Amino acid sequence: MAAENQYEYAVRMKDIEKYFGNVMALKRVNFEVGANEVVGLIGDNGAGKSTLIKIITGVFPPTKGEMYIRDEKISFKDYGVKQAHKWGIETVYQDKSLGEKQELWRNFFIGRQITNRLGFIKVREEKEIAQKIMLDTIGFRGVGITVDSKVNKLSGGERQGVAIGRAMYFDADLIVLDEPTAALSLKEVQKVLNFVRKIKEGRKACVYISHNISDVYEISDSFVVLDRGEVVANFKRDEISLKGLDEFLLKYAHGEKWAKGR
Amino acid sequence: MKTVRAIKTGVGRIEGLPIMMVYFVLMGLFIMAAPRVFTGYRIYMSFLQTVPPQLVLALGLTLVITAGEIDLSFSAVIAFSGFVFSYIFLTFGTPWIAFFLALASGALVGFINGLLIAKIGVPSIMCTLASQFFWNGLTILLCGGLSWNIKAIKSHFIHPLFVGRIGGLVPAQSLWSLGLAVLLWFILNRHKFGESILFIGDNPDVARVMGVNVETTKIKLFTLNGLIAGFAAVLLTLEMINFWTTQGAGFLLPVMAAVFIGGTSIAGGQGSIVGSFFGAYIIGSLEAGVVASGIGGYWTRLVSGLVMGASVTLNVVLGKTKEKRFIEKLRSSVFVKGFFKQEKQYVHN
Repeated sequence: MAAENQYEYAVRMKDIEKYFGNVMALKRVNFEVGANEVVGLIGDNGAGKSTLIKIITGVFPPTKGEMYIRDEKISFKDYGVKQAHKWGIETVYQDKSLGEKQELWRNFFIGRQITNRLGFIKVREEKEIAQKIMLDTIGFRGVGITVDSKVNKLSGGERQGVAIGRAMYFDADLIVLDEPTAALSLKEVQKVLNFVRKIKEGRKACVYISHNISDVYEISDSFVVLDRGEVVANFKRDEISLKGLDEFLLKYAHGEKWAKGR
Repeated sequence: MKTVRAIKTGVGRIEGLPIMMVYFVLMGLFIMAAPRVFTGYRIYMSFLQTVPPQLVLALGLTLVITAGEIDLSFSAVIAFSGFVFSYIFLTFGTPWIAFFLALASGALVGFINGLLIAKIGVPSIMCTLASQFFWNGLTILLCGGLSWNIKAIKSHFIHPLFVGRIGGLVPAQSLWSLGLAVLLWFILNRHKFGESILFIGDNPDVARVMGVNVETTKIKLFTLNGLIAGFAAVLLTLEMINFWTTQGAGFLLPVMAAVFIGGTSIAGGQGSIVGSFFGAYIIGSLEAGVVASGIGGYWTRLVSGLVMGASVTLNVVLGKTKEKRFIEKLRSSVFVKGFFKQEKQYVHN
C-alpha cells in the first residue's frame, strides 16, 4: 500500500527521565518503536506507561534524555501536541475521538475538511473518501453501517476502528492506542485487534497499551514491560511464548509482593 | 413491525418532518374550525408579516442551542438595536448607516457575550441573562423610556426593500427570513463553521482534540447570533414604523419554544433549521388560529401548551433514539457475550 519507510525507527527514546517534583516517574528509560512495528507496552497502574506516552505525544517534555522521531532528533523546547501531529503521531483515546451524534463521514474529516474557497464542505468528495477508508484502510464490515450512519449506532470496537482508520488515512506514522479494549466485550476486542493488524499491514507503527497480556501478545512484534518507571523487560515476540510471558509477569509480580512484605 | 420500523427510519431522515406534519395538521384543523378565515389568503399574508422577526431570532438561536449553549439576550437586542436604528435615523436621517449600526450593535452585544463565555468560562445561561437585563436597562436609560415614531422612513428605499408588499401582497420580510433560513441551513449543514458547531455541541473535548478552535468558534457564534437579532430588530422596527422601549420583551419564550418543537436538541450536537422554521410559524399562528376558530382567546395558552407538548413528543418518537437503543441492545446482548465463555484472563496485577 504505502511506500517503504524511509527511516528505521518511528520513535526512539534514549535515557529518558521524568520527575514530577521529587517523584521519579521514569528512570533512564530506553524505548524504541520500529518503522513498521507493533510494540505492546505492559505495566501495572502507576508503572509509567502513560507518562511515557505523554512524552511521545508531546503533552509534556521529559526532565532528561533524548528522543528521535523518524530518526531525527527532537528539540523538546518546541515540541508539543501540535508538533507531534505534524510528525505523524496520533493517539486514539477510548472515548475522546468521535462525535457521537454526528455521521461517520463528518467524523473522518472534522478539523481537516475538504472545502471550497468559501469554506463550504464538498460533501460528496468527503463521503467517497470516507467510504474508501472504511473499506480499504480498515476493512470495515459492520452490518448496515454506512458513511451516513451516526457514531452512536456503532459498537465500541467499531468506533475504535473508525478512529484508527482516520489516523491511518491522514498519514499517521505512529498510532498510540491507550487501553483500546478496556470495557469491550470479547467479540469487540477481536475487532479492535483486527484493526491493529491493519496498521501493521499499512506499514505504520503502533504502540499498544493494555492490561490484557493475551491481547498484547496476539498482535505485538515486541513487548516492553514497565515497572515503577523502569523498563524491566524487553522481549521480541519469537523470544518468548504467551505462557512464558505470563509466567514472567506473574513471577515478577510475586517477587515484588514478597519484597514489599519484608 | 419491520415495516413500521422502516417507515420510522425513512421518516426520521427528512429533516423537520414531524414538525411539518404538526404544522399541516394544525392548519387543517383551523381550516375546519374557521373555514371563512383560513381558506382566504389574508390570514396567511398576516402571518408572513408578523412571524418573520421571531423566525429570524429562532434561526439564530438554533445554531447557539446546537452548540450546546443558550442565548437569552436576543430579546434585549431587539430593543437595543431597534433604539440604535431609530436614533441614528431620526438624528441623521441616514437609513443605511442606521441599518448597519443596528446590525453592528447587535453583533457587539453578541461579541461581549461570546468573550465572557468562551474566554472566561461564564456559563452562557447566566451570562446572557445578565446581558439581557443590562442592554434592556441601557436602552431604557438612553431613550428616556419613550417610544419614537419613525414614520419618515417610509419615504426611503429601505422600507419597501425589507417590509414592502411584493406585488402589493406578499410581505418582503417573509422572503428575507426565508433567504436567511436557507443560508443558515447551508452554514450549519454544509460549512466548516457549522460542523464545528455540531461537534462542539456534541462533545467539546472531541472537537478540541480534532483541531477545532472551540473558543474562537463560540465567540463567532454568539457574535453571529447578536447580528441576526439586530436584523430581526430592524425588520420589526421597520414594520411597526415605531420604536418602543419594551419591544421584543415577550419574544424570549415563544422563540425558544419554536426552536425546541422544531427538533433541535437541548443537549446540543443536533439542530434543525427546517424544524425551527416551521416551529416559528406554528407558534406565530396559534393565537390567530384559536381566536378565529371561535373557541375564545382564553384558550390560546392551553392550546399552545398542547401543540408544543405534542410536537416535542412526536419528535422524540419519530427520532432515532428508539432505533439506536434497539441496535445497541442487539449488539451487547447476552447472546453475544455468553457465546464466548470468559477464558482465563492473563492479567498482570
